[in-house]
Amino acid sequence: MTVTDTIASKASRARTAKRSSDGLVSAARRPPVRAQVVSHVILGFFTLFTLLPLVSILLISLYPDGQLIRGLALPESINFGNYARAWDTANFTVLMTNSAIVAIFVVPIASFISILGGYAFATMRFRGKNVLFLIFLLGLLLPYEAPIVPLYYDMNMLGLTGSHFTLIVPEIALFLSFGVFWMRAAFGDDTQTLIEAARIDGANSWTTLWRVLVPSIKPAIVTLLVLFFMWSWNEFLLALVLAGSANLQTAPAGIGMFLGERVSDLRGLAAAAIIMSIPPLLVYIFLQRSFIQGVTSGGVKG
Amino acid sequence: MSASAIRPARKVGGSVAGPRYVPFLYLAPGLALVLAFVIYPLARTVQVSFTDWNGVIPPDFIGVENYVEILTDPELRALFVHAAVLIFFYALIPIALGLLITAVLARTRVRGMTAYRALLFVPQALSMVVVAIAWQWVFASTGILNQVLTLFGNEVTTAWLGSFEWALPAVGLTGTWRQIGLCMVLFLAGVQKIDPALYEAAKLDGANAWNEFRHITLPGLRAEIAVALTLTVTAALKSFDLVYLMTRGGPGTSTSVPGYEIFARAFNRGEIGSAASLGVTLTLLIVVFAFAIERFRKES
Repeated sequence: MTVTDTIASKASRARTAKRSSDGLVSAARRPPVRAQVVSHVILGFFTLFTLLPLVSILLISLYPDGQLIRGLALPESINFGNYARAWDTANFTVLMTNSAIVAIFVVPIASFISILGGYAFATMRFRGKNVLFLIFLLGLLLPYEAPIVPLYYDMNMLGLTGSHFTLIVPEIALFLSFGVFWMRAAFGDDTQTLIEAARIDGANSWTTLWRVLVPSIKPAIVTLLVLFFMWSWNEFLLALVLAGSANLQTAPAGIGMFLGERVSDLRGLAAAAIIMSIPPLLVYIFLQRSFIQGVTSGGVKG
Repeated sequence: MSASAIRPARKVGGSVAGPRYVPFLYLAPGLALVLAFVIYPLARTVQVSFTDWNGVIPPDFIGVENYVEILTDPELRALFVHAAVLIFFYALIPIALGLLITAVLARTRVRGMTAYRALLFVPQALSMVVVAIAWQWVFASTGILNQVLTLFGNEVTTAWLGSFEWALPAVGLTGTWRQIGLCMVLFLAGVQKIDPALYEAAKLDGANAWNEFRHITLPGLRAEIAVALTLTVTAALKSFDLVYLMTRGGPGTSTSVPGYEIFARAFNRGEIGSAASLGVTLTLLIVVFAFAIERFRKES
């Protein structure tokens, strides 16, 4: 690209110019007040757009029984009764327990297997490597609406339904595509010298992985854990189809079945939405800084 | 990543792992699960797509009849038109807006950017069920959208999700809302990696804002745009959750998309063969899109 080439060559000249008259240029580079204001107005507008629908259901979840629900309005008085009612009506004790059980199995197991697979693809040489990697990648693109149809009927026929594992095991398999892809990228950079050093010290591949490599790429692993937790907690289609009976249902699938039909208790539904958002939001809030960094840098690597 | 960079000089046939079978030990658990729960069911989907099957009596082989139906039945073809509309809302609008905002903010170091990024990303952390509850309320006849529109004049009481014309754009806009933060966060992070000297050079050259965007920001964000495109386009084509939760495909079939129709045929109406053929078609479509986007990324 010729245009960028000439710009690049000018860039080096600009650098020299900057060095020679540093005071002047850096003064010019300090963002003017007007640009700051414009930036905050734009970002503020989109942040408001993002938060408004969520704030509005938070408000509705606190409405007293008598208050008419119309548009965005503050509650006349704070009423936590909607939460208690939603908890009982939707059987949240069961739903949240099931969601937690699924996440407790899916997150560590899927992460563990992703680390093993990513390690092999990033650092080892073997036959059929490209084909095997494509097999993993296919899961990333596949609309799971398709394979879940025969999966459901086949598992039914084999009598494999009626346990948490009908949901947990396919969910792990589905998450692996992304996990292996992610861990391969994480192991790919700057790890070669570490591996060589460990090898010279006589470490085998297993020790090298857990004692040397994993500690060196903690941020990427934290990001993976956070993503897997959010995906597992929020997973809808698999839970809807594979969880089976009501007492095995997770929170999103259990509540989701109420929607679509005419909603009679918006206060309760809003409260239910808030309740089930708390676990992923807590995880997100505590880990958001490293998480967003991980997503924006790791996701873009080829 | 080049192969030689990964493997410094080493004895013939060697690998980090030692014996030849070791890599396969590391791959075995993942491969077993993916073969059992992704590849095998996908192969079964292809097989079932050539049959007429209601899930109870044994399937009846009917050849490509299900696929002929997808090509000829206007109602089935409409599903893919609806999916295209969703691509517009899930992918094109968020990416265009994300780029516009990034261009405006390009070199301004904004105070509090981390806070903005964290808040813009919140929709990605929430269940689609929560998203659907919030946006059903936005579009309700006494909801927020009508409250805002009423500010501009006459009272509006449209129930947007119950309207044949508006329900699909309404579902699409919900997708826009979910994806826009993702695109902005990706692009704003990407633009930070572009060498500031490029912008200074352009300024010295007297380049205007458009030239700066066209020749520096846009090429610099190629990788981020490709990632955003892949994520949002596949999300649009796969979309099931929002349609199921907000409209169940209605009113009529005005918001039905392939993902929802697969579910409805397979689990509500017992038309499993037809559902499978839609699934195979959708899978092929997504693979084609993904390859096209990958080519776009590798270009230049």
